Amino acid sequence: MSAFDETRTSRIPFWNDPRTRSIAVQLIMVVALAAVGYELYVNASANLAKLGKTFGFDFWDKSAGFDISQSLIPYTSSSSYGTAIIVGFLNTLLIAGFGILFATVIGFTVGIMRLSKNWLISRIATVYVETIRNIPLLLQIFIWYGAVLKPLPGPKQAINVGGFYLSNRGLNMPSPIFEGAAWMGLVGLAGGIVGAILLRRWARARQLATGEAFPYISVGLALVVFTPFLGLVLAGWPVAWEVPVMGAFQLSGGVTVNPEFIALLIALSVYTASFIAEIVRAGIQAVSHGQTEAAGALGLRQTLITRLVTIPQAMRIIIPPLASQYLNLTKNSSLAVAIAYPDLVAMGGTVLNQTGKAIEIVLIWMIVYLTLSLLTSSFMNWYNSRMKLVER
Amino acid sequence: MEHSVAYVRTEDAPILKPPANLVGVRGWVMANLFPNWSNSILTVVAALFTYWVLSNVLGWAIFRATWTGESRDACIVEGAGACWPFVQAKFAQWIYGFYPIDQRWRVNVCFFVGAAALIPLLMPSLPYKKWNALFLLFAFPLLALILLTGGHFSFGFGAFISFVVQFLAIVAAFLPLTVFGIENGIKSAKPGLILVALGLVLRVLSYAFDIPLPAILDGVSTTYLIALLLMLAGGAWGLLQVLGAGPQASRPVLRAWLSGGVALLLVAILLKWDFGLEYVETSQWGGLLVTLVVAITGIVFSLPVGILLALGRRSNMPIVKYFSIGFIEIWRGVPLITVLFMASYMLPLFLPPGTNFDKLTRVLIGIALFSSAYMAEVVRGGLQAIPKGQIEAAQALGLPYWSTMNLIVLPQALRIVIPGIVNSFISLFKDTTLVTVVGLYDLMGIVIAGFADAKWASSQTAPTGYFTAALLFWVFCFGMSRYSQYVERRLNTGHKR
Repeated sequence: MSAFDETRTSRIPFWNDPRTRSIAVQLIMVVALAAVGYELYVNASANLAKLGKTFGFDFWDKSAGFDISQSLIPYTSSSSYGTAIIVGFLNTLLIAGFGILFATVIGFTVGIMRLSKNWLISRIATVYVETIRNIPLLLQIFIWYGAVLKPLPGPKQAINVGGFYLSNRGLNMPSPIFEGAAWMGLVGLAGGIVGAILLRRWARARQLATGEAFPYISVGLALVVFTPFLGLVLAGWPVAWEVPVMGAFQLSGGVTVNPEFIALLIALSVYTASFIAEIVRAGIQAVSHGQTEAAGALGLRQTLITRLVTIPQAMRIIIPPLASQYLNLTKNSSLAVAIAYPDLVAMGGTVLNQTGKAIEIVLIWMIVYLTLSLLTSSFMNWYNSRMKLVER
Repeated sequence: MEHSVAYVRTEDAPILKPPANLVGVRGWVMANLFPNWSNSILTVVAALFTYWVLSNVLGWAIFRATWTGESRDACIVEGAGACWPFVQAKFAQWIYGFYPIDQRWRVNVCFFVGAAALIPLLMPSLPYKKWNALFLLFAFPLLALILLTGGHFSFGFGAFISFVVQFLAIVAAFLPLTVFGIENGIKSAKPGLILVALGLVLRVLSYAFDIPLPAILDGVSTTYLIALLLMLAGGAWGLLQVLGAGPQASRPVLRAWLSGGVALLLVAILLKWDFGLEYVETSQWGGLLVTLVVAITGIVFSLPVGILLALGRRSNMPIVKYFSIGFIEIWRGVPLITVLFMASYMLPLFLPPGTNFDKLTRVLIGIALFSSAYMAEVVRGGLQAIPKGQIEAAQALGLPYWSTMNLIVLPQALRIVIPGIVNSFISLFKDTTLVTVVGLYDLMGIVIAGFADAKWASSQTAPTGYFTAALLFWVFCFGMSRYSQYVERRLNTGHKR
């Protein structure tokens, strides 16, 4: 064998040897990349020098001098550029979080509606999906903002539903004020969560031992929902509501949600939901009919077949694309800049315009979004390896 | 044995009609709309909802709409619906942007040629797919570029010709290698290769050092002349060797070499040629024209680059592989809007001082890079679907890497990913709306810009514009998604077992 190898290798000219070739190709690539990188570096430093600019993040601590319409942390126009960017980042997380929540709810509902045996219901779901996902998201954001929310009446004639005021300035709603022993509510919540976990453990152990099932999901949920109230009641209900009040020109008090936030939230969740609906439909349809028939042959009821056989297998297929839709939603929230909702990109853009630090701002954007997408993909890898079917 | 027993039938029982509630329209309605109580309630609620939506939309868009008028006065009637005269007045602008009115025929020609070349490509039963695709990928973009901008580009024509001649000479010196194989080829090409190498070294040296030689021709440096002669001699030697191999072996190689050279020269001449077309700046383009230019440039550029990146990602060479992964994941990880900001604010900083592109070109560069990364993932999906046995069989037959890819893997993989390519074109088409944010007027951007026209200011102007824009995008995207589903079904039948 080795003698054969020797004669073979001695006859292969070096330019036909795959190893030489691969090293040569990679060498050429490294040299080309280095040359391009060097060229870009030289150009950038020449251009920056010509413009009298330098590279660096020294702008981070300088005073920003502009106001932001929505902020989760204390911010004034004298805060630093860095604070402004952090405010933008938090706003991105806020819109992404709410968007994911609503998109999931709408998407699962529509996806299940598409599979309904009721012809009208499944048709409505189909029309929804085919309409929404074939219209650009940015156009939908403009439609919600410019054609739905902006034509609403002004604050004086705001639409009032039970303390909620909807006007072209956004949504004003009552906000709770916690005082005194309100921490009892938190204690109740923690107790409820711990109780639900213990309940699940007990129910599983009992089912393994005796075969008797216990509806631990609904009872556990009830525990988590009701114990905080119990805690607050025990503390003597230390909660007051601050209700929006009509002033001379505008509503004050309570929580104000900007129209930009509402438009972006509706558009993002409605748009992403149309994709989630397709994922859910495909996931449920991918569970083979043999599975449900086998479950039926074992004597399981329809609800149990759905809960124990269809959904767990469908989720295995649904979750990876669902996670990438969540990531898409987060990235798409950057369209906020078009209607001036202060998210990371919009804040970065403002800072870029004021300081001219193009490279630095683009770097910040890339690092933030790449981190988010790396987190998502590592979650997906973890989930896939956990849920992978163990085959022989 | 008499059949006198009363209860034995002597004839078939008459065939009864099925119960009325199981067949026909009624049976369908009962089964699909009112199978039980809860579903019946759902149906009624859904029917009311559908009626509410339809009556509102149709009432607004058709029954209460304003159909004729010259200005906003027609549309500010109390309770009026959509303001269609606004759309009529602005429609040409939505298609052409601010393109000069007397030059719009150029855009029309591009639209027409593009459609005439694209439609036969999309119909699977028609022949000449390869030539059709080549026309769309190479000739059509050139035609569109010259027609839309006006051509007559200013670039150093002499320098370009000299570059092409030197390039062709260098390639010619290497031609014997393709005819005789590497080992024998090097032997026969050696004098030519040495001459070319000498010429190249001389060129490089003349850049680095000032070589004092007396001038022979006016305005041309002597070193350049000597280097050019050396290369030409090397190329001529290579050509002679190839010709010596006989027409059978040399014809395909010579044909490829010649057509490559002629194509390069032809492109340069066409770009330089003064067709007498008025120059139209890209800032005057807009509307559907910009939307299509951005989307089509993105897809045409992303196909070859995406294929290379996908192959690179599956390569065994670590540097190639990790470069591809890094490139793909960076572009896919960031939102398009940051890419567009990068293209319009950061890209100029990285260009050599003094050079600058117009805004549309910068955006096109950004979009092309961005969509290449997505296309790479689409193509990779197709590559992964090809069984390993195909590659192994090709290797067993002794095919080298690129032949394996070109003849075995890519033809199969690219067929599978046609639906994926159409889908990524749909998302790219929708994403072109984002160029509005960096100040270009695509279809959506120009519709919105029209709202500011005081002549048409009414409460119904914006809804009508949004509605029309949404409808236009919907028609394009829905049509394409139907096409992709059709191809998918067609491909499926072939692979079903």
